[in-house]
Amino acid sequence: MDTLVSTGPLAAIAVSLVAAGLIVLSGKRPNVREGVTILAALLKFGIVLSLLPRVLVGQTPEVALFEISPGISLALRADPLGMLFALSASFLWVLTSFYSIGYMRGLGEHKQTRYFASFAVCMSATIGIAFAANLLTLFLFYEVLTIATYPLVVHKETPEAMAAGRKYLAYLLTGGVVLLLAVAWTVAVAGSGEFVPGGFLRGAADHGALLAVFLLFFLGFGVKGAVMPLHSWLPSAMVAPTPVSALLHAVAVVKAGVFGIARVVGFVFGPDLVGDIGAVPLASLLVGATILISSLLALRQDNLKLRLAYSTIGHLSYIVMGVVLLAPSAWTGGLFHIVTHGAMKITLFFVAGAIYVKAHVERVSELDGLGRQMPLTLAAFALASLGLAGLPPIAGFLSKWYLAQGTVESGEMVFLALLLLSGLLNAAYLFPIPIRAFLLTSERFRRFDEAHVLMLAPILLAGALSLLLGLAPNALFHFFTLISRTAASVMGGGG
Amino acid sequence: MNQLPLLLPVSFLLFSVISVLAGIWRRDLGYLAALVGAAAGVPLAIWGLFRVLSQGTVRYHLGGWPPPFGIEYVLDPLAAFMASIIAAIGLLVLVYARRSIDHEVPEKAPLLYPVALLLLAGLTGIVVTGDLFNLFVFLEIASLSAYALLASGRGLAPLAAFRYLILGTMAGSFYLLGVGFIYFSTGSLNMADVAERMPPLYESRVLLAAAVLMVLGLGLKMALFPLHPWLPDAYTYAPSAVTGLIAPLMTKVAGYVLIRLFLDVFGPSYLRDTVPVIAAIGWLAAGGIVVGSVMAIAQRDFRRMLAYSSVSQVAYVALGLGLGNPVGLIGALLHILNHAFMKGCLFLVAGGVRYRVGVWDLPHFAGLGRHMPWTMAAFTVAALGMIGIPPTAGFFSKWYLVQGGIAAGNWAFVAIILASSLLTAVYFFRVLERVYTSPLSPEVATSRGSDPPPGMLGPILILAGGVLVLGIINSIIVTQVLEKVASSLSGS
Repeated sequence: MDTLVSTGPLAAIAVSLVAAGLIVLSGKRPNVREGVTILAALLKFGIVLSLLPRVLVGQTPEVALFEISPGISLALRADPLGMLFALSASFLWVLTSFYSIGYMRGLGEHKQTRYFASFAVCMSATIGIAFAANLLTLFLFYEVLTIATYPLVVHKETPEAMAAGRKYLAYLLTGGVVLLLAVAWTVAVAGSGEFVPGGFLRGAADHGALLAVFLLFFLGFGVKGAVMPLHSWLPSAMVAPTPVSALLHAVAVVKAGVFGIARVVGFVFGPDLVGDIGAVPLASLLVGATILISSLLALRQDNLKLRLAYSTIGHLSYIVMGVVLLAPSAWTGGLFHIVTHGAMKITLFFVAGAIYVKAHVERVSELDGLGRQMPLTLAAFALASLGLAGLPPIAGFLSKWYLAQGTVESGEMVFLALLLLSGLLNAAYLFPIPIRAFLLTSERFRRFDEAHVLMLAPILLAGALSLLLGLAPNALFHFFTLISRTAASVMGGGG
Repeated sequence: MNQLPLLLPVSFLLFSVISVLAGIWRRDLGYLAALVGAAAGVPLAIWGLFRVLSQGTVRYHLGGWPPPFGIEYVLDPLAAFMASIIAAIGLLVLVYARRSIDHEVPEKAPLLYPVALLLLAGLTGIVVTGDLFNLFVFLEIASLSAYALLASGRGLAPLAAFRYLILGTMAGSFYLLGVGFIYFSTGSLNMADVAERMPPLYESRVLLAAAVLMVLGLGLKMALFPLHPWLPDAYTYAPSAVTGLIAPLMTKVAGYVLIRLFLDVFGPSYLRDTVPVIAAIGWLAAGGIVVGSVMAIAQRDFRRMLAYSSVSQVAYVALGLGLGNPVGLIGALLHILNHAFMKGCLFLVAGGVRYRVGVWDLPHFAGLGRHMPWTMAAFTVAALGMIGIPPTAGFFSKWYLVQGGIAAGNWAFVAIILASSLLTAVYFFRVLERVYTSPLSPEVATSRGSDPPPGMLGPILILAGGVLVLGIINSIIVTQVLEKVASSLSGS
């Protein structure tokens, strides 16, 4: 891999940070403020996209800024794995920006300046996590993301929201502290903590110590990735406005957690070492339990956003499972699920928000007949539900297919069974929603009355993306190429 | 310029006297003289720091008497680093003080400014002197100034300051007694000379007694748990600007003296390897971190909360020292700097709230985020620093301390540092929540709503900016200054 000094990764981070400042300054003029948001989102996506051709020809745009601790630079690097996460997050931010404007104005929400500014900082931090070239840089952005999300969680300022905020901080800051210990320990035994495909920790300490470090990483990142039993902040955080749940609590924040686990497994330890220190049984036990229990819990939720939240918990663990099974196909499936789950789940959340704004309905049991009023919205919901259950030709099928191959490759037949069972459970908790909406009738919803186009268009685009990625996984952004490059470098690396 | 080491305390002392005289003639001139004195200190200190870093330690022999007979002043990287912190905080607080003091205790203003400079003279004297007894003299100058400043508040301030005076005098006596023991057994007071004569005496009980007495005295001065109870009262009742000056500097300078004794007088091989004094300090600090944080959570008064937080934070310095390895010591020294900025900012914010809102209890912070946006933005940055969120300076102290703990294999200390950052989050987010999400309390809603005047807001914002900048450039400070200081540990 050629390295290439490029300020691109830095610009991608800086653009929304600058935007946050401009948003605060233009707080009194909402149209200018929202213009800044849209512009920053487009610009950020454009910058990330402009790095893609370089990455595809095998170059690695990177930049080291200055030392933040002796021997450790604040360094950014757009490698295939980082590109994957950055592309999917920054593309979905564009959709979410339009959607946010429709949603927040539709509800006449208060303190929109704080909302949009925090959102922009969150996106900066997310791209920082994606492009971080070493552990300390990653940790730095990871903590910024934790703090910047807090104002969004407590946005409503109701007692419920404040309680959710406290819970959020208690979980996430504790996770951060655990992670800090893991990072400091790694740096103490192995120097700079710069990511190397295939890992750099082999031989740095005895296996017992390395297992302890791995578990600290797993638990630290696992809080954001909502691995059970560290998940319970996520359902509580659903009190946030729906665009927050859609982008941050289905794509950016929670994926930062699973992305961190993928980084650590692939680029700090290396798959072989993770296997050698015996970390797989415990990690996969937690992940397997999460997949099963979260699906069962999702079945019981009547609140639509809560049902989606538990679904997210399960699907995040699909990704982690793919990572810790340590087989190439499992990696492919897991990493692809970062993208596909992002597209599908954001569709579902967008729909939930549109329903809330238009029909003021939050419960699944009150959705009967809504298909009359909002047919396009609910059609997108149906499509994404099919995808999450893993039916072809929607994107979710492909990630599940590769994950299933991975379970076979690594000989974990239990996980194959779990995966298939979870698919059925997904169908059980998601399908009733479009079925009730389309097949039942109600007095309340008779007239065709879709959400504002600012909300409807992102819904349809996200839905279309879910379908497109299933038909042609390499379409538009070459996600599949990025994934196979990552899997090849990690699996073929030094280990 | 070999007088450089003494220039700083002498200039503060001189301007202190000028400030008294000018203040008698015209009240405003007194303040102006003090301000000029404080402003002169900053370039002097910074120049000293750069000169030491480029050309090495500067030594000055008072009256031309060579040590060990005369008094020696030494500007080495550690002293220059400390002097720069003292001078910078001193200037910022003096700029701030005018409006704040006029608002809170206008009748005492003419006396406070000269005494504040006297305090700066004492503190800088402590860091540049190379003589154990001379250090005691400067310590008393600084302490007496501090008692006077703290007593100038209303209400219980004189009582709290008197209690501090009693304990502080005891502390000074302990230190002096220790110096006496050292003098009897080594026959010298010059630090470098004492250090040379000490190794043969490592078995001596007298030396051990001296070490224990000095640690005890300095522990009291730096409010090391369980010797901290004087601090919350003293900080709570004093005028805001006074606390803003004393809280960031006073306890840290006592911590500096401990570090100096450890590195350059008794030597690591004695305090760390022969007798476990340093380890004991570390464990006391660990206790102080927990107790200070828990007590801070229990407070209703903002400044009392900050005071208990200081008990906890100064213990970080002691804990870093207690780790006894270079990385831990770097963490301790960096925290002296970082905490000076963070806690200085927080106490000045407290004064700003007092100026506009009139009270300090936490319920009245409700809704201030809109009322005083810039002040509260500064508060947020400083609070995140205290919790240790990157990229603020506070994170990096934690980073080096955790690394030091790992290097020492001391997992208990590591756990305490990490847990403490969560406890700190509890008491700061409790305030932040109120500031940004609660409606204004009715009394406050009727008061004039805005940030304090520029003279007060400026220093607040500079300190808050410093919390960010120091975090980002911490590596420069560490490699250029602190690694030089801590390198003497790695050899032994």
